[in-house]
Amino acid sequence: MITFKIGGVHPHDNKIARTEAIDPLAPPTKVAISMAQHLGAPATPVVAKGDKVLVGQVIGEPAGFISGFVHSSVSGTVAAVEPRADLAGNMVPHVVIDVEGDDWLPSIDRSSTIVKDITLPREELLAKIKAAGIVGMGGATFPTHVKLNPPEGKKAEFLIINGAECEPYVTSDDRLMREKPDGVVVGAAIMAKVLGGCKCFICIEENKPEAMEAIQKACVTFPDIKVLKLKKKYPQGGEKQLIDAVTGRQVPSGALPIDTGCVVQNVATAYAVYEAIQKNKPLFERVMTVTGQCVAGPRNLLVRLGTPLSYVLEAAGGVPENAAKFISGGPMMGKAIANMEATTQKGSSCLLLLTEEQTRRKPEGNCIRCGKCTEACPMGLEPWLLNKLARAGGRMDELEENKIFDCIECGCCLYTCPANIPLLDVIRVNKAEVMKIIRSRAKK
Amino acid sequence: MSKTIVSPAPHVHSEFSTVRLMRDVLIALAPAVLVSLYFYGWNALLLLVCCVATCMAVQYLIEKFMLKCSVTVMDCSCIVTGVLLALNLPPAAPWWVAVIGSIVAIGIAKMSFGGLGQNVFNPALVGRVFLLISFPVAMTTWTAPQSWFHSVDAFSGATPLALINEGLHSGSTVQEILAANPDLTPAQMLFARAGGSAGEASVIALLIGFVYLLCRRVIKPHIPVTIWITVAVMTGIFSLCNPAEYTGPLFNLFTGGLMLGSIFMATDYVTSPMTNKGMIIFGVGIGVLTVLIRFFGSYPEGVSFAILIMNLTVPLLNKYCKPVRYGYGRRK
Amino acid sequence: MDSTILTTIAILTLVGIVVAVVLYFVAQKFKVEEDERIDKVEACLPGANCGGCGSAGCRDFACKLVAAPEIGSLFCPVGGNDVMQKVAQVLGQEVVAQKKMVAVVRCNGTCENRPKTNDYDGYASCKVKAALYSGDTGCRWGCLGCGDCVAACKFGAISMDAATGLPVVDESKCTGCGACASACPRTIIELRTLGPKDRKVVVLCSSKDKGAVARKACKAACIGCAKCQKVCPFGAITVENNLAYIDFNLCKLCTKCVAECPTGAIHKFNFPEKPAAPAAAPAAPVEKAAPAAVKAEVKAKEETA
Repeated sequence: MITFKIGGVHPHDNKIARTEAIDPLAPPTKVAISMAQHLGAPATPVVAKGDKVLVGQVIGEPAGFISGFVHSSVSGTVAAVEPRADLAGNMVPHVVIDVEGDDWLPSIDRSSTIVKDITLPREELLAKIKAAGIVGMGGATFPTHVKLNPPEGKKAEFLIINGAECEPYVTSDDRLMREKPDGVVVGAAIMAKVLGGCKCFICIEENKPEAMEAIQKACVTFPDIKVLKLKKKYPQGGEKQLIDAVTGRQVPSGALPIDTGCVVQNVATAYAVYEAIQKNKPLFERVMTVTGQCVAGPRNLLVRLGTPLSYVLEAAGGVPENAAKFISGGPMMGKAIANMEATTQKGSSCLLLLTEEQTRRKPEGNCIRCGKCTEACPMGLEPWLLNKLARAGGRMDELEENKIFDCIECGCCLYTCPANIPLLDVIRVNKAEVMKIIRSRAKK
Repeated sequence: MSKTIVSPAPHVHSEFSTVRLMRDVLIALAPAVLVSLYFYGWNALLLLVCCVATCMAVQYLIEKFMLKCSVTVMDCSCIVTGVLLALNLPPAAPWWVAVIGSIVAIGIAKMSFGGLGQNVFNPALVGRVFLLISFPVAMTTWTAPQSWFHSVDAFSGATPLALINEGLHSGSTVQEILAANPDLTPAQMLFARAGGSAGEASVIALLIGFVYLLCRRVIKPHIPVTIWITVAVMTGIFSLCNPAEYTGPLFNLFTGGLMLGSIFMATDYVTSPMTNKGMIIFGVGIGVLTVLIRFFGSYPEGVSFAILIMNLTVPLLNKYCKPVRYGYGRRK
Repeated sequence: MDSTILTTIAILTLVGIVVAVVLYFVAQKFKVEEDERIDKVEACLPGANCGGCGSAGCRDFACKLVAAPEIGSLFCPVGGNDVMQKVAQVLGQEVVAQKKMVAVVRCNGTCENRPKTNDYDGYASCKVKAALYSGDTGCRWGCLGCGDCVAACKFGAISMDAATGLPVVDESKCTGCGACASACPRTIIELRTLGPKDRKVVVLCSSKDKGAVARKACKAACIGCAKCQKVCPFGAITVENNLAYIDFNLCKLCTKCVAECPTGAIHKFNFPEKPAAPAAAPAAPVEKAAPAAVKAEVKAKEETA
């Protein structure tokens, strides 16, 4: 069993939805598909009000190098192309579609047969992944085709498929690996081929023995794919931590994983790649966990992208009386939802509901310099110091000296702080400012 | 349903809290406290009550009327200070010594620096050293351990370290002194027969507390263990070179406030370094200073001074001993 | 005398002399030549080191003043005209008096006007809150209420009003240094001059949302209806992105816009209290309040129009 070396915390994993099989959720009557479901420039809508669309049809085209295609997840008529509030309340262009029936593009193979042979050449595979609008589905939503196409002179030695799912509560990847292990493994093999035939590891945390077994079984026919068992520790699924655990290498500060010869992809991404290549199915639906102790029926749902979160919640028994916080993603790095009319996106792995007792922050106390944040930080930073410097009035040079820009915002420091100091809140904004200074200096 | 809560991630918190950590320290101190009550009876209890009550009262008064900030007496940190100070006093000390020590500990060593988390020195040790210098007679009048709740007699003994010190000054060798005092075997001291401060009665009780703190992940073993190793190695070398003049490792580990100091005082969060590297340097420093003071200084006991001196180096250790960063060491 | 005392005195004296000699040479070696006027200029400055002048502190500003061939473009907003006059005397230059600037918070989203839609539970900093989401009210433009401006003010001129949840500027203390304006992540704080008797007319809203959206989020929002623009006789009001803005350089404080605004987003300050006038004729007392000269000007404009 392997693990990363520096820091980490052990939150209770609370995987309460792990016994629930993936259930397809019927499309709602109206979807609003965001054009900014990926990192980078929002896509440009290519449909107009009144257009008829089919399931899987392109409705948004990339607007830049780091951008992606967006496809319709339903069939029907475009009701509007307008800015709408996303889950943080910020205005983002959306395509709103009135759902009529469920007509898929005829090119999509809807059969359940598993296609294992990878026939297409590398370039075509890459083009198809790009056309399918696939992004990192672990939450970062970085366009996959960009990651799978390393710049000149850099070669991927290892493809690491991230099935750690170290976030508490979230079970979507676990269920996907248990129920569609062949798809995940073939997807991994496709990506390995795109990267020029590198070695591939599928990494799974120890708390998912069933997924481990299923993937191992599916791997039998793929000698280049190995399954690795990871220790249960947060943030095991962090890109940098995973590379450390698997290869023992560290991504140098400021460099990309590819600089250490590694490419990390999520299992859900691998499955999406499988569907895109072997089934001609672009990315328009994903597995999403609806969970929380207060939720009446925690479930793993196969949802169409653009489905309102309130509709997803209905399927899990409605809004509980005592739910106080709605989170898109896990409790450690997920985003609190300010607007329940926001819709599901490519990166929405989980809809988590927490009660007031579970989530309300306790009043901040004095720092007792216990060093627990330093011990927990997986990047080896000193959150207490960064907090102190930032609050002492923006000591940017000292913040930079103490590597604030290396912070991966995993939340271990705030999670562990006995005095409830909002360490990460402070570090996050100051990190952004230091990065701005560094960038402006680099330009000069 | 009330309004939804929105906040930056993370949305959950660990079970750690300042109160819980302090409560764990108190629980870890419980065996030592019980042993001291058993051996030293009512006066030990009186000292304990005086210390804790005064510490709480002083902190309350300062926060309420001088700083006019929110009162944080309930975070238990002042109770820890009170208990530690009580354990550091001679069991026969008069009650007013305890009160003065507590006022100095909280009022001067802690609150004047800005309260919890701001102090440079360990408050309980400042209290103790203040008393040691101000009231040398009261602070060095020792009682031999008695059985359960006897009234404390006027009988006064001396601590093992003081016995050795006096003996050496009068020209005897270590072996002669140990032979004259059959009680001074390591086994005796382990199971509580040594005269000394209230908290030093039993090494076993302190070690139980240490194990508890480790299990609850309140402290890391780095500081106490490096102190022990340093003291053992240094005293070992000295006693090998000149067994007539220097006592051996076991004797030094089990006497004086070494166990109490290394487990509970040197590991005080506020006044100890944050990183492993810093902790090890800190521990080695305390060990070296303790041995030097014990062997060459005029005080028979050195742990308090050693810890206080090393407290001064903590800001520097924190500045220069950075944790192992990700992405700077191993490449490719 | 005891020889110990003598030795001690001798050693101490010797050490003193040696150190003095070393210090003298070191001081000579590392001496920095500096324009002595810098010290004089710095003595004139307020010494608040607020950065309102754009320099790193008062000393830095003094260096700039001394180095500048013409100090007309440099201004200490804290010390104001008096200080600049003194500085000019030291440097033997002339300065033109500048008008005092004050900060104004362009939001009237009080708890009553702008109900909360969710409950923010993070670090109480506008910067953190703004980076996280659109805020705990329906308005994504207005004041976030965490008081970054209050913390930024070095003169104690801004305080949070607990009843409204909005910052209040004490104009007598405000020096116009602009620290609050740059601390506000929503840039709703503006620096502006005041009219005679410290009067001002301001649009207390920063929402660039369409009328209906803005109104839904906040009762006191500017809905961009442009009625004020039409009624303004001096062309001081522009409406851009559904938001009216009054150019304080053009505004003559006639307060016509205040009466015209359908949502009450335009406010006047430091005008004499109107007598409890009947609601039917709100325009009359406003008219009275305007200074005679402005009134004449308004009349002239109306005639030419």
